[in-house]
Amino acid sequence: MFGYVTRRVLSAIPIALIAVTACFFILRLAPGGPFDGERALPPVTLANLRAHYNLDLPLIQQYFIYVGRLLQGDFGPSMVYNDFTVAEMLWIGLPFTLMLGFSAFIIGTIVGLVAGAFSAVNQNKWPDYVLVMLVMVGLVIPNFLMAAVLQLVFGVYLDWFPAGGWQAGSIPHLVLPITVLVLPHAGRTARLMRGSMIEVLGTNYVRTARSKGLGQRLILARHAIKPALLPVVSYLGPGLSYLLTGSLVVEQVFALPGIGKYFISAALNRDYGLVLGTTILYMFIILAVNLIVDVIYAWLDPKVRYH
Amino acid sequence: MKFTQTLTAVATAGAMALLMSSAASAVTLNMMNGSEPGSIDPHQASGDWENRIIGDYIEGLMTEDANAEAIPGQAESYTVSDDGLVYTFTLRDGIQWSDGTPVTAGDFVFAFQRLFNPATASDYAYLQFPILNGSEIAEGTVTDFNELGVKAIDDKTLEITLEGPTPFFLQALTHYTAYPVPKHVIDEVGDDWTKVENIVSNGPYTPTEWVPGSYIKSVKSETYWDAANVQIDEVNYFVQDDLAAALSRYRAGEYDILTDIPSDQAEWIKTNLPGQDYFAPFLGVYYYVINQEKPPFDNADVRKALSMTINRDVIGPDVLGTGEVPAYGWVPPGTANYEGVEPYQPEWIGLSYEERVAEAKTIMEGLGYTAETPLAVQLKYNTNDNHQRIAVAISSMWEQIGVKTELFNSETAVHYDSLRAGDFEIGRAGWLLDYSDPSNTLDLLRQGIEQEGTTNWGNNYGRYSNDEFEALMDQATTEQDLAARAKMLGDAEKIAMDETGAMPIYWYIAQNVVSPKVTGFVSNASDIHRTRWLSKSE
Repeated sequence: MFGYVTRRVLSAIPIALIAVTACFFILRLAPGGPFDGERALPPVTLANLRAHYNLDLPLIQQYFIYVGRLLQGDFGPSMVYNDFTVAEMLWIGLPFTLMLGFSAFIIGTIVGLVAGAFSAVNQNKWPDYVLVMLVMVGLVIPNFLMAAVLQLVFGVYLDWFPAGGWQAGSIPHLVLPITVLVLPHAGRTARLMRGSMIEVLGTNYVRTARSKGLGQRLILARHAIKPALLPVVSYLGPGLSYLLTGSLVVEQVFALPGIGKYFISAALNRDYGLVLGTTILYMFIILAVNLIVDVIYAWLDPKVRYH
Repeated sequence: MKFTQTLTAVATAGAMALLMSSAASAVTLNMMNGSEPGSIDPHQASGDWENRIIGDYIEGLMTEDANAEAIPGQAESYTVSDDGLVYTFTLRDGIQWSDGTPVTAGDFVFAFQRLFNPATASDYAYLQFPILNGSEIAEGTVTDFNELGVKAIDDKTLEITLEGPTPFFLQALTHYTAYPVPKHVIDEVGDDWTKVENIVSNGPYTPTEWVPGSYIKSVKSETYWDAANVQIDEVNYFVQDDLAAALSRYRAGEYDILTDIPSDQAEWIKTNLPGQDYFAPFLGVYYYVINQEKPPFDNADVRKALSMTINRDVIGPDVLGTGEVPAYGWVPPGTANYEGVEPYQPEWIGLSYEERVAEAKTIMEGLGYTAETPLAVQLKYNTNDNHQRIAVAISSMWEQIGVKTELFNSETAVHYDSLRAGDFEIGRAGWLLDYSDPSNTLDLLRQGIEQEGTTNWGNNYGRYSNDEFEALMDQATTEQDLAARAKMLGDAEKIAMDETGAMPIYWYIAQNVVSPKVTGFVSNASDIHRTRWLSKSE
């Protein structure tokens, strides 16, 4: 097992290097630059700015400067947000994004599993219909619309929760954003769980268990839930990555201090340092999540370790 | 380590927030401030959302009153030499930074030197280029900062010498590029001085908390010279990019002021939030540039025909729904130093829209462009719902005179990159005035400057060029008599607009929404509203 993990971690290094290199050069191919705003800057100012950020050097030299700094943990400056370095911005925003993503992941997974199992047990009865419908609603309504609706209903009309913003330590501020993130995740989990549970409940060993007189509760606990979980677990890895990296709409609409929104705005601003920083950080999150999922798989299924 | 520090900071901030909210007496203003501030260092800032924060915590020699007119700030009084070149300011008694250090003339000298220092790479340093040797220092041709036209005569007296008489100079001094910065703090911590743990203020407020992506909080500074008259105890400047969400939060009572609105909600706001809409013209023009290096757009008649066919009366009220005022001239109404100049009107203003279209059609037919053999035009704009709506409306107007428009949109950086490169036929642009003076918009049409074999056209994307216009603009820069100067600038505007050097479409409208709890908010042409003049009842 240790050998497997080491191999996986080592194989992440070339992946990371390729990603950084590709991102660095693709970004420079895009037309426009960080200082192409609505106003033309006087040539003097532009030259001063370019010199300040080393943009006047040959591209390949800039690349080596960047990678050299990166190896020392320095993400460089942001070209739009002057009062913080990229590393500072990411360190301030990351805990929030992780907290938001993990909270939504845990709540969504639990809700999804329970709803899916409950739905399967009551297949084709009214609780099943209601749940399937709710799941569809959670899945098909895009998150920006869901966010706006929740803001209006619970923030403006009912006034139960703040319609946006963030105060450290305030749970009410998190209710609406987390709900928006939870709904699609819970929906997908519930659908998978329902499908696989129905399949398991139709298998011969469950029928055998039933025929020997086991009660429904015992059958579920001892024979059905575990095998039904397998396909769901394989979804949870990508699901978690998605929640951790896909919070940008929620952060934008609810004005939350995470790093999700930098992902888009930095690219639009051609804020080279911040785009690279966010990309690298997300890359590590995804690599880490994938690694964890693979390790769990390897632990569940020894065959994986030898491939 | 960093991680735990951040968590501790967040937790402490939370505890602080709870403590503060329990002190119910504090009057807090919650302002929807738009984008994340790029910087609150006055030498690095470039946006109005940064200006709102900076102008509340630093005060220049001159500052804005509730109408955004220039009034003395840190300076108590000033004198101007007869030739209009030397301004001598006397600072107020007892002014200090929020850590108790006195504000001296030396802070201003240091600030202007830092502004022009090439190493600072300040975006907006050029606004203070009227100051003697300012541009030379920024260019690096003058390296001795003592040659700059800003001198401290003593701790309380500052002398500023200009390159030439500049009638709008006092107004320019209200801009954040002219603000002092705390030399004693910068000497110690360098560019980190804007971190909340280091920052000091000489204005009515001091920033005390900055959560990137969320808000900046400033609290009233007791060391401010006019603190006794400052009503609001705390200001939260909230980051909010999503405008629909902003309106929801305003309705939920989370914001007292919205500084922008989703434009499709303008009608709804007027109807449902009566008395809270502060929609008023402010100094800015929305326009289309025509690339005059590309035929047939070098022909002034073609440009005139295109401009005539734009039915400006429907753009603001119907296409956008916010009620922007049609623009035919180049200098926004209400611009200072323009007294006595009649607002520009094209000679075709008296015609009805049908007559204008008929005349434009005749012009285009004369050049061989008809519905069967149309003139193909590419219209570029930066991606945005409103720009798109306007582009679609205008392209259908042009269709009537045998112009077939292809719409092309791209993100802002790409769009302006192609405008500057001259890689467009017609393009969308906009200009908000930096200070209230006609030269600030007329300069947009000035000829490019030859530099190292290429012409740098600056903001004159359409590359409009006219010698008479240039001559008048040159004369105006040295003219000291304001009325004579206004006339020269007015004549210049007429020349450029008669030739349709660019196509103005509408004058911008400031779209503020202000809670009835807030008093003292005055719509003004600069759309600058310092918190110092506001008060709020619970």
